[in-house]
Amino acid sequence: MKANEITSQPLGAAETRSYWASYPRFLWQSLRAATDGSAWFYGWMTLLTAVALVGVNGWAHQFSNGMIVTHMTDHVSWGLYIANFTFGVGLAAGGVMMVIPAYLYRNRHMHDVVILGELLAVAAIVICTLFIVVDLGRPDRFWHIIPGLGRFNWPISMLTWDVIVLNGYLLLNLHICGYLLYTKFQGRTPNKWWDIPFVFLSIVWAISIHTVTAFLYQGLGGRPFWNTALLAPRFLASAFVSGPIFLILTMLILKKIAGLQLPSQAIKLLVQIVRVTILINLLMVASELFTEFYTGAAHSVHAYYLFFGLHGHAALVPWIWTAIVLNVFAAILFLNRSALESPVWLTAACLMGLIGIWIEKGMGLIIPGFVPSTLHQLVEYTPSLTEWQITAGIWAFGLMVYSVGLKIAIPIFRTASQDEQDLVQ
Amino acid sequence: MNNEQDPKSLEPSDSSRAPKDGVNLPILGQVSRRTAIKGAAAVAGATALGVAASPMLKKTLEMSAAEFMQRHFKELTDDDKQQIFERLENDARQQYAADVQIDDQPPIPGVRFGYAINLSLCNGNGKCMEACHLENNHDRATHQSYIRIFEMPIGTTDFEHGSTSYDHEVPQKDHYYLPVQCFQCDNPPCVSVCPVEATWQESDGIVVVDYNWCIGCRYCMAACPYHARRFNWAEPTISAEEVNPNQGYLSNRIRPQGVVEKCHFCLHRTRLGKLPACLEACPTGARIFGDLMDPDSNIRWVLANKRCFTIKEELGTKPMMFYFFD
Repeated sequence: MKANEITSQPLGAAETRSYWASYPRFLWQSLRAATDGSAWFYGWMTLLTAVALVGVNGWAHQFSNGMIVTHMTDHVSWGLYIANFTFGVGLAAGGVMMVIPAYLYRNRHMHDVVILGELLAVAAIVICTLFIVVDLGRPDRFWHIIPGLGRFNWPISMLTWDVIVLNGYLLLNLHICGYLLYTKFQGRTPNKWWDIPFVFLSIVWAISIHTVTAFLYQGLGGRPFWNTALLAPRFLASAFVSGPIFLILTMLILKKIAGLQLPSQAIKLLVQIVRVTILINLLMVASELFTEFYTGAAHSVHAYYLFFGLHGHAALVPWIWTAIVLNVFAAILFLNRSALESPVWLTAACLMGLIGIWIEKGMGLIIPGFVPSTLHQLVEYTPSLTEWQITAGIWAFGLMVYSVGLKIAIPIFRTASQDEQDLVQ
Repeated sequence: MNNEQDPKSLEPSDSSRAPKDGVNLPILGQVSRRTAIKGAAAVAGATALGVAASPMLKKTLEMSAAEFMQRHFKELTDDDKQQIFERLENDARQQYAADVQIDDQPPIPGVRFGYAINLSLCNGNGKCMEACHLENNHDRATHQSYIRIFEMPIGTTDFEHGSTSYDHEVPQKDHYYLPVQCFQCDNPPCVSVCPVEATWQESDGIVVVDYNWCIGCRYCMAACPYHARRFNWAEPTISAEEVNPNQGYLSNRIRPQGVVEKCHFCLHRTRLGKLPACLEACPTGARIFGDLMDPDSNIRWVLANKRCFTIKEELGTKPMMFYFFD
């Protein structure tokens, strides 16, 4: 790939220093990068736009007719939206598994592609926020939860903690991505004081977003299925499966479709990480299941419902067994070094792991917390068509954010890293 | 995202700067065809977005600025409250063709309400559920009520063996009946979790909801161990002649769509010295309500002389609703 026009234009020293001149140029350049592309790019973005619009339409109906268009009930009062929210937080936190090797262990190969993880965090937080908004019965009162404007029940309500950590994580990653891209665009070396402290803060913060999200559920004494100290560690373990897997898939796609030369060591390192985390996650699931089924107390009724069905109600049984099978197969594949040499098997293993975690942390975690309900009434839940529409729309929008981010970042990053290599030579 | 035949596509195209292919549209002069197409796509996208979002329009136009901007109940002055109550009365007239009076009864200082149910007397006739349904302007379509009665086989207190959907003569042999509603816990988990303080405990122990502040996140429903909270999945329906016109802002006024509601011990009655509707309707005398601070009250007599228990005591929620057998 030839050097792009920005670096081919020599920047005057005065111009480099003048942020007033260069920042709008950076934004303009980003806008052009985000809207210019091949037929593949246009096709992909058009598809995502179409799906996102289907979601907008579903939500507009839900807004006017009420949440009655979902299949949630007073018994199962959270459903597909909160399930996807939970998974999304994991994805956002999982991006940090690129940041840690890149910055903590100064892995050069990872350093070149670390922006992928940071952009994933941004897109995933956008997804999470949207899932919360569509789950609100009164989205028009969204301002009530904004500190200073409404009444913020902090520090008592864990949901207010989640608002803080998720938005903080979004800002951190926006700053890191934006700053790195802008300095690379200018051809400058990033000032480490504007970069490193924020990166290290974001590592701690990534842990916090998923811990706090687990605390949302595990702090509820009336919901024994969630009321376990293992929930937060389990959330982290599964986040460190789904995040790296998503990044491996991203790199495979960028390699295959965009023909990018990405450092293969980066994928290898992520595979090694997943190899460990996927086993830790399975171990924790096994530990939960042992406690539930060996004890056999009344509280295990949710796990029984989830895995085997209860009194003839078994809506979640196919979901959870699909998740278990996919997770176990993914783990076996990840342990098999030779299988992963083939991109096809690697892709298959990643897809299995991703879908497995999506079910395990979504439908397999949120719904059984409500079935049977707190006074043991058995009301089942399957998402409505509108819920699926809105869910698909949000994911499409999140993927648009991610794609646009990558589209802007990759050319800038590639040119910059090539320049560095040129300097070394 | 990009095909392999065109790896250069990741680079920004320079077509907009130099329209060298010469397919300029005549009117737009210097603008290249690609930019023009982009503009057209943006317009088409915005139009499609408008069309997709159009079902929101009606609901949005129905909402007044005053409703949107309304502050939290605790921040309202008496003047604010009067204006809001008038607005809500107007809304009830327009939407339900009902003439209603909305008021706000503050808690009586030094009073703490408690409720007890004699399970030896309750026979599951359901009059309390029905009275709650009528008193509290519940949604007619779902036949909503804050009370549910469990028909339990003798020999267990495990709700798993109970049924709320029984439809036969009562009482059934070898069964007892256990009505549940909000227990107005002294340590209410639903209040702790609310991110916007839309639900709180008042000085007489009653946990209330500001229906105009609730954002409908339903975290309180997840937190309540007693399934005491209900959500308005749609706009409640009720015919004008069935509307109970004596309404409290924090209690039985017709609820808006998309907010959580719950039993409030009929505070619009009990704070005036009347009894809850469910108690008044009970033909068996199983229900005992009163002020826990008053040593001469019935509820204090029950607590002193009967062996009372609460549901899921181990959770530390400290329910203010007590059960006993004779």
